Amino acid sequence: MDLKEINRLIDRLVEKGITEFELEREGFRIRICKDAPVVISGNPSPTAVAEVPAEQALPAAEENSPAATTGEAAAMEPEAAVAKSNNLHVIPSPMVGTFYRAPSPSAKPYVEIGDRVKKGQVCCIVEAMKLMNEIVIDVNGVVAEVHPDNSQPVEFGEPLFSIEIAH
Amino acid sequence: MFKKILIANRGEIALRIIWACREMGIQTVAVFSQADSESLHVKFADQAICIGPPSPSESYLNIPAVISAAEISGAEAIHPGYGFLAENPYFAEVCESCNIEFIGPPPEIIGLMGNKSAAKEVMARAGVPTVPGSSGVVKDEKEAEGIIEEIGLPVMLKASAGGGGRGMRVVNKREEFAGAFRTAAAEADAAFGVPDLYIERYLSKPRHIEIQIMADQHGNVVHLGERECSIQRRHQKLLEESPSTAVSPEMRAEIASIAVKAAEAIGYTNAGTVEFLLDEDGKFFFMEMNTRIQVEHAVTEMITGIDLVKTQIMVAAGQELPFGQKDIMFLGHAIECRVNAEDPETFLPSPGKITGYNVPKGPGVRVDTAIYEGGWIPPNYDSLIAKVIVRGQDRSEAIARMDRCLELMVVEEIKTTIPLLLKVLRNNKFHEGNYSTRFLDEEIFGKR
Repeated sequence: MDLKEINRLIDRLVEKGITEFELEREGFRIRICKDAPVVISGNPSPTAVAEVPAEQALPAAEENSPAATTGEAAAMEPEAAVAKSNNLHVIPSPMVGTFYRAPSPSAKPYVEIGDRVKKGQVCCIVEAMKLMNEIVIDVNGVVAEVHPDNSQPVEFGEPLFSIEIAH
Repeated sequence: MFKKILIANRGEIALRIIWACREMGIQTVAVFSQADSESLHVKFADQAICIGPPSPSESYLNIPAVISAAEISGAEAIHPGYGFLAENPYFAEVCESCNIEFIGPPPEIIGLMGNKSAAKEVMARAGVPTVPGSSGVVKDEKEAEGIIEEIGLPVMLKASAGGGGRGMRVVNKREEFAGAFRTAAAEADAAFGVPDLYIERYLSKPRHIEIQIMADQHGNVVHLGERECSIQRRHQKLLEESPSTAVSPEMRAEIASIAVKAAEAIGYTNAGTVEFLLDEDGKFFFMEMNTRIQVEHAVTEMITGIDLVKTQIMVAAGQELPFGQKDIMFLGHAIECRVNAEDPETFLPSPGKITGYNVPKGPGVRVDTAIYEGGWIPPNYDSLIAKVIVRGQDRSEAIARMDRCLELMVVEEIKTTIPLLLKVLRNNKFHEGNYSTRFLDEEIFGKR
């Protein structure tokens, strides 16, 4: 992330009234706090964590595909932020459970990145207490990102998919 | 012993459970609603899972969400705290069928004690003195009138599925009775889903005395003394103390042994509180039994030195009680004041941001709270924000200690009930220990 991108990030945070933001991904971590210094550090932890609520402008940091280089991946962030504020729609998990991309282990995933999807279409399963709950998309568009890994636990409100709205 | 426990609660009691788990080397999982994402229990648990939006029914009361969180985190047991799902027998059953240990008594006991009229019947059979009245639910107005003939007026109509002071109505005059009966049944149906009522003699100036008991799964049952909780507003406790000025050593020995025998008779396990009303003639009457850890458990912990929450966890893990009745000592006098985020006069809730906070400290002081400077009190949950508990060598030291704690306690800029609590502490009748459940209304609010 270069200085220009960091400044755009900060502008975005201020605009949205966010007072604390932390982004961590392989080899990179940034924490921005209102009234405290910006902290940027290299961090070998592969876990991506975002404390930004789903409906905020910035998308969650969890990504399905590994970043090619730190710089490249970081560069996507503010652009995605801009794109998000225009027409990237996040599908949050409506419940706590385990995220599955396909109806069964041997089946194809419900959706892939780049797929055109319609409102009402099933995009994944969140399993809780042995019940498979089909999660539906509520917009028409194209799948831009899949956030959790297959069979990863998800919490309420956790971003599952980012859909670029298109009619 | 459990390796990981999920806490199905929030606020100060969730923290309390986290403290006990940490001391025992047990991993903790917090669940939280979106309104509590910055809460201390979320920050201090080893793991935290968001289970729903702010509304309690969609989060802390949402059984599938809580169980699902336990499943994905690998928690072996759930501590329900107090309120929320703590006395929900269906939740305890679901835990059982999902192979998750519910830290509390078995579902059948929770259900039994949750049915207030059935609980009274069971207690009566176990030799516990109960308030004269109907034996169980009253079928209809005719039966109710027959009972009133027997025991006289005034009587209290109580919802069988109620409790905690809700679903109760006093009848003073014959003429009021029919109307009161019908309204009470309708209210009970609306509030608790069951219109069943039972009737009891109404005691006009009772004192609320409760006995803390603890039982393991091997048949050992002990009592940890009494707490007096007569300072109440609309049946909500504001201040609790132990020992009670109304209970002599002989009375204590008698009522405590009755409570223990009752617990044994019903096969009780884990922590429980048997609540009694003490009338002006010094007679005890069973009121209800709470099958959970209570808000005021800290009072008992202060004078016995025993960690009740840790003991709950040990019992749930199948261990025997690490102490017997002879090992339990009572030292000094303890008082707890509940600080609520409410206007001290109108009692309107006062949620908001805490911009300034100074917590009382020093010898004999304990504060159980989840508030912190910069934190928020969300509007969606009950208004208890802190429990201040003090212990003194005797009652007058405890009162003086609590006074200086509350006087110098700062919680800005929300309103709290601290001024009301100070009025209670500085009241002569309170100093004399001469008070009943009518105290707050009569002495502080001037209602006679």
